[in-house]
Amino acid sequence: MKELTYVRADDAASAVATVSADPHARFLGGGTNLVDHLKLGVATPSTLVDVSRLPLDTVEVLEGDRGGLRIGANVRNSDLAAHPVVRSTFPALSRSLLAGASGQIRNQATTGGNLLQRTRCVYFQDVTTPCNKREPGSGCSALEGYGRYNAILGTSADCVATHPSDMAVGLAALDADVVVLGPDGERRVPLADLHRLPGHHPEDDTTLAHGELITAVELRGSELTRHSTYYKARDRASYAFALVSVAGALELDGDVVRDVRIAWGGVAHKPWRATVAEQALRGEVYSEDAVRAAAAEELRAAETGDDNAFKVAMVRNATALVMHQLASKQQHPQQGGTR
Amino acid sequence: MTQQATPVEARSMGTHLDRADGREKVTGHARYAMEHGADDGVEAPLTAWLVQSTIARGRVVRVDPAAALAHPGVVSVLDHESAPRLADTEDRELAILQDDRVGLRGQIVAVVLAETPEAAREGARLVHVAYDEEPHRASLEGAETYAPESVNAGHETDWADGDVAAAFAGAAVVVDQRYSTPHEHNSPMEPHAATALWDGERLTLWDSTQAVHAVAKTFAPMLGLEAAQITVRAPYVGGGFGSKGLPHAPEMAAALAALSVPGRPVKLAVTRQQMFALTGYRTETVSHVRLAAEPDGRLLGIEQHAVSQTSAIKEFTEQTATAARMMYAAPARATTHRVAALDVAVPSWMRAPGEMPGMFAQEVAMDELAFACEVDPIELRVRNEPDADPETGNPWNNRRLVECLERGAERFGWAGRPSAPGTVQDGDWWVGTGVAAATYPTLWMPGNTARVESLGGGRYAVSIGAVDIGTGARTVLVQIAADALGVDPAAVDLHIGDTDQPAATVAGGSAGTGSWGTAIVQTVQQLRADHGEHPDAGVASTATAEAYPDMDRYALHSFGAVFAEVRIHRWTGELRAPRLLGVYSSGRVVNPMTARSQFYGGLVMGLSGALFEESVRDPRFGHVVTQDLATYHVASHADVHGIEVEWLADDTDTLATPFGGRGIGEIGIVGTAAAVANAAWHATGIRVRDLPVTADRFVR
Ligand SMILES: Cc1cc2nc3c(=O)[nH]c(=O)nc-3n(C[C@H](O)[C@H](O)[C@H](O)COP(=O)(O)OP(=O)(O)OC[C@H]3O[C@@H](n4cnc5c(N)ncnc54)[C@H](O)[C@@H]3O)c2cc1C
Ligand code: SF4
Repeated sequence: MKELTYVRADDAASAVATVSADPHARFLGGGTNLVDHLKLGVATPSTLVDVSRLPLDTVEVLEGDRGGLRIGANVRNSDLAAHPVVRSTFPALSRSLLAGASGQIRNQATTGGNLLQRTRCVYFQDVTTPCNKREPGSGCSALEGYGRYNAILGTSADCVATHPSDMAVGLAALDADVVVLGPDGERRVPLADLHRLPGHHPEDDTTLAHGELITAVELRGSELTRHSTYYKARDRASYAFALVSVAGALELDGDVVRDVRIAWGGVAHKPWRATVAEQALRGEVYSEDAVRAAAAEELRAAETGDDNAFKVAMVRNATALVMHQLASKQQHPQQGGTR
Repeated sequence: MTQQATPVEARSMGTHLDRADGREKVTGHARYAMEHGADDGVEAPLTAWLVQSTIARGRVVRVDPAAALAHPGVVSVLDHESAPRLADTEDRELAILQDDRVGLRGQIVAVVLAETPEAAREGARLVHVAYDEEPHRASLEGAETYAPESVNAGHETDWADGDVAAAFAGAAVVVDQRYSTPHEHNSPMEPHAATALWDGERLTLWDSTQAVHAVAKTFAPMLGLEAAQITVRAPYVGGGFGSKGLPHAPEMAAALAALSVPGRPVKLAVTRQQMFALTGYRTETVSHVRLAAEPDGRLLGIEQHAVSQTSAIKEFTEQTATAARMMYAAPARATTHRVAALDVAVPSWMRAPGEMPGMFAQEVAMDELAFACEVDPIELRVRNEPDADPETGNPWNNRRLVECLERGAERFGWAGRPSAPGTVQDGDWWVGTGVAAATYPTLWMPGNTARVESLGGGRYAVSIGAVDIGTGARTVLVQIAADALGVDPAAVDLHIGDTDQPAATVAGGSAGTGSWGTAIVQTVQQLRADHGEHPDAGVASTATAEAYPDMDRYALHSFGAVFAEVRIHRWTGELRAPRLLGVYSSGRVVNPMTARSQFYGGLVMGLSGALFEESVRDPRFGHVVTQDLATYHVASHADVHGIEVEWLADDTDTLATPFGGRGIGEIGIVGTAAAVANAAWHATGIRVRDLPVTADRFVR
């Protein structure tokens, strides 16, 4: 592990100033991802600016009829999942958080760090193999290598990695905004625009500039967000990254889809908002077949290899399952969903 | 001339006794290989860190230590030119840093010594190694294979009996399939580690090993020493599953690094990632199985042709087809092993080598045969019970497979199970059940020596250089000794885990308790013969057990039956196994608590192998790319639900050992993956013949 300077930030502005001034400086949140990267030699920063003790650790309930939330960047994943308003108004967020990592890691991981965790692509994490994301121009080992977790949508010839966060998928379906502090002040980024597709620059996971600090995530509650959930398909029952995952929200008007949100995890370099599928469903009569057809429409652009071809059927089916659960709750409120 | 041991009456044996080291372990007082301090003689240690090759085959052109040496805290960098010379370099896995050849990706090409672990790790990162790379082969697929001289544990490479061609020509029913098991890593909780200290011509190694004496014996000629000049201590070991059964290259790295700084201890911890290249693994296996049967399922012929892979620098051949030689009755059979030598890490023992992959293939094939013949899978096995061992013709010592199957069926609720697959659904889940048989040979190892000393007042000290790797050996050996002595377990002080104690064989092959226990019983009986029932304090006897079970006259094996319920999610194909039951006949259970843990552990590892475990080697590079426990999945707590274990009543086998017990460490992993795969088929009608059984096989 390369020697580095560790500083504890006193306030957000000075943390931003320090990191902005040094291209090799990095923020440190809970450290559950970045510290691994230090040990593996994947990250070799000059300076770590520890932002995990900044007072960005509260969940503020915003005024308004539906109840919105401003979630400080340092709120730990466990605390956020357990928050009563998150559980009642944004169940997809609570469930996506609880589907991730382990109890210990969720206690340590922060909201900001979770959003900015990096891909689990095995070649990215192994400095002895080529990887465009880690070392631009060196090549992509995953293209013709181990591909079980590779992306199927929005890939490029330079990178086929997936974004690993469950929480980000939940937030993508809930239309969250990310509040970012940079040297020139604060700005808001819709969650769907925070992460980017790899294109020719897989080294950039997000649209943030170096030195921009995530300070909060904001959510607006609605009937739709109340009717949201998350399903994660994975190889083992716990402590495994998603093969695919689905965050969904559905509001029915009788049998008709009044509004719908679908976001997928495990399929792309970013949480994938299935806008084509949403569009196909909105205003239509709800049925399982309609959901499957809409998902298939979204998946027309999928590109797969031998190792990850199963993801197409899996994410389509998981989408149907999630919508089925949400629809049954509204159509038969007494019974609840399926198991 | 000492007498062979005679059977012992059970008093403590068969009853619960708390783990002798339970308190030390849960309170953190147990010291593992990296944790010895000044009071153990480990003062001001240096840390060693391994530098591994990034090519699979070729030569090291140059090791440039300059940047590493410039790093504060780095003391030295050893490479193939500067490392101390070994007296014997025949074992190319262990003879590290002796020449410039690279035979596998991840091979140790330099060792950095530093004042702190941080400096050592960073130093290793800064060592620059230049290579002359040669083309390598790292894939079993399409590789040329050969017949090794013998396979693991000394079994014959090929073995056949009867007219196989005729058996298949006339058979009404034939199953002819290819089954495979993946490359797997043992992954014990405690990574491999060693602390080494040279004092003149003496080496002390605090090691994480399953066999202290074997480490000393293996290293002595390489280091130009007598075994007596090497002390190996392993008071506590955090699991091994076979990966610590034989010494591996990192222990030699610690010994060599310490030799370069005489008088100064050197600590070397292997990282989880490094373990995937340096500490052994189970190779991928491919079995072509053919079963020929009468319409009622009676077998006419059995064939298993197994292919696996070894390393070009050292041969190890998994004995995948050996269980097929003895498991079921059939007038004709043929079994073969072929192996491909690849430019990859050296495979070795992993819990139930041979039986685990071999019985997966056999027991899924038997399930396929049962369905083809429309015979219940349990009945099929009953119909193929052999009267004597088909391989040797010898009578069984204690074959109770049918009882295990029948007792298991009763407890599991097998009766009334629909024979057709894909008929049971519960909510979102397809539900199925499966069964498989298990077996493991009773390997009894000669050459164990014990020393029993009277401490006066009815107390005794028992010493033997055995190792407790977490199994409970430290507890059950006390019980065996106590019953042999006719005293309370509290009156026995047991000393193990150190070459200062008399020679003992490996904690492996499910043979530890049986072999060490026999030596202890024999030595106690020797003490009684020499010194009577009330020996004076300080009086001692030492004896070596060279023989006990009559392996030439009896076929010694343990048996079991595994039942599984599997649920498969009809939307996503995800699998869960809510119920597993294992019923075993393995002779006397010395301590129900530690025994149950062994069986549970075997079943969990079998479940883990059934559903998750797979090391993915990227043939382009030659190394395993799923090289941590986030990408190499083992079963998590949430995957392990209703696990039940039972052993047959009145199971005492004094033909195997004087205390009546056989080994139990490995049989729990045997057959388990087959039971799970058979249940998955029963749930869905989809037959998976390649482990692990993953969701993608079922999602439609
Ligand atoms: C074994 C294992 C299993 C896991 N399984 C899952 C899983 O199933 N699902 C899942 O979603 N996750 C999983 N995780 C990942 C885990 O969720 C992340 O490691 C965690 O959320 C990261 O948060 P952190 O606060 O520790 O981030 P850190 O490691 O501190 O930081 C991560 C990145 O974010 C940057 N950063 C941190 N805070 C800020 C900020 N406020 N503003 C700007 N940049 C910032 C850092 O510079 C760094 O680049 C797993 C992790 C492990 C180790
Ligand atoms: S997929 Fe992306 S992260 Fe993985 S090796 Fe290719 S470039 Fe690197």
